[in-house]
Amino acid sequence: MANLVTITESMCKGCALCADACPKNILEMAKDRVNNKGYHPATCINMAACTACAICAKMCPDSAIRVERDA
Amino acid sequence: MAVVYEKSRGLTDNPLTYCPGCSHGIVHKLVAETLVELDILEKTIAVAPVGCSVLAYEFFNCDGIQAAHGRAPAVAAGIKRTNTDKIVFTYQGDGDLASIGTAEIIHSAHRGDNITVIFINNAIYGMTGGQMAPTTLIGQKTSTSPYGRKEEQAGRPLLVSEMMAPIPNAVYIERTSVHDVANINKTKKAIKKAFENQINNKGFSMVEILASCPIGWNVSPVDGNKFIKEGLMPYYPLGVYKDEGGEN
Ligand SMILES: Cc1ncc(C[n+]2csc(CCOP(=O)(O)OP(=O)(O)O)c2C)c(N)n1
Ligand code: SF4
Ligand code: SF4
Repeated sequence: MANLVTITESMCKGCALCADACPKNILEMAKDRVNNKGYHPATCINMAACTACAICAKMCPDSAIRVERDA
Repeated sequence: MAVVYEKSRGLTDNPLTYCPGCSHGIVHKLVAETLVELDILEKTIAVAPVGCSVLAYEFFNCDGIQAAHGRAPAVAAGIKRTNTDKIVFTYQGDGDLASIGTAEIIHSAHRGDNITVIFINNAIYGMTGGQMAPTTLIGQKTSTSPYGRKEEQAGRPLLVSEMMAPIPNAVYIERTSVHDVANINKTKKAIKKAFENQINNKGFSMVEILASCPIGWNVSPVDGNKFIKEGLMPYYPLGVYKDEGGEN
């Protein structure tokens, strides 16, 4: 099992601060869809590389990201 | 699976009304997490300002009230003096605290009100459409300084922490930033100290937080955080301007 980043898409405003902050560069704005607010939501493109550092979640102004570590 | 980070229960479920990438959301989280960690959420009263954070009492999961423009410290002083067992904080922008509310913040510190002030300095009036604030940088373009702020016209940006620190009854004054996670962590420590001072009856504490207003600055959220570092920080040095509260 890998670590887990869960992005509540309905809370995301597509600001990309999480993607910019992620040291592993595994977050992107999903260009193939928009959420209920009309933004391209953030999405994780390589969960296996996540170290559960939670830098993305701390950066998110809208508390849209939850991070869990594989114990 | 162990949860490393999730939305704080110090925030309500109401969606934040701030623009994408606005620093207000980051500072809201830090205040909320602090209230939970210090176990004071149930007895805290927030005083919201006029500005984009006018609805802050809808977002903090504690009691709250909203004050007339700039008057939050006066309202907070009244609440604290009549409810000494409560924890009272103001949450104010620079248009609110450093312009129309300059008198209130100075006299609150002079009286040594035992309150906590969270001061968001984004160098602009966000809510009303990005007008020049007393904190706007020289050369910075806003809707009321389209060619950039000129010193001969508007003077230099007001250095609030430097102005407040010499006030005898101000106990703790620190300036921080939230442009990256290292600085977000430092800001949280400062906010925690500002609340601990109040819990321990030490008196007036203020944290000035350099913040981004991507919409008012007309930049992307990522570039907004860069501008905090490269634009604001050289003029507004981070650091502890006063700490007479000692250890908590
Ligand atoms: C007495 C009064 N004067 C002026 C206004 C208009 N006004 C609303 S918000 C604001 C400035 C807010 O700027 P700031 O405190 O920097 O907060 P921000 O919106 O940037 O978070 C002004 C001048 C008002 N609502 N009431
Ligand atoms: S920081 Fe938050 S709001 Fe911004 S893109 Fe990432 S998940 Fe969405
Ligand atoms: S106008 Fe500026 S301060 Fe107001 S919510 Fe938008 S980004 Fe934040």
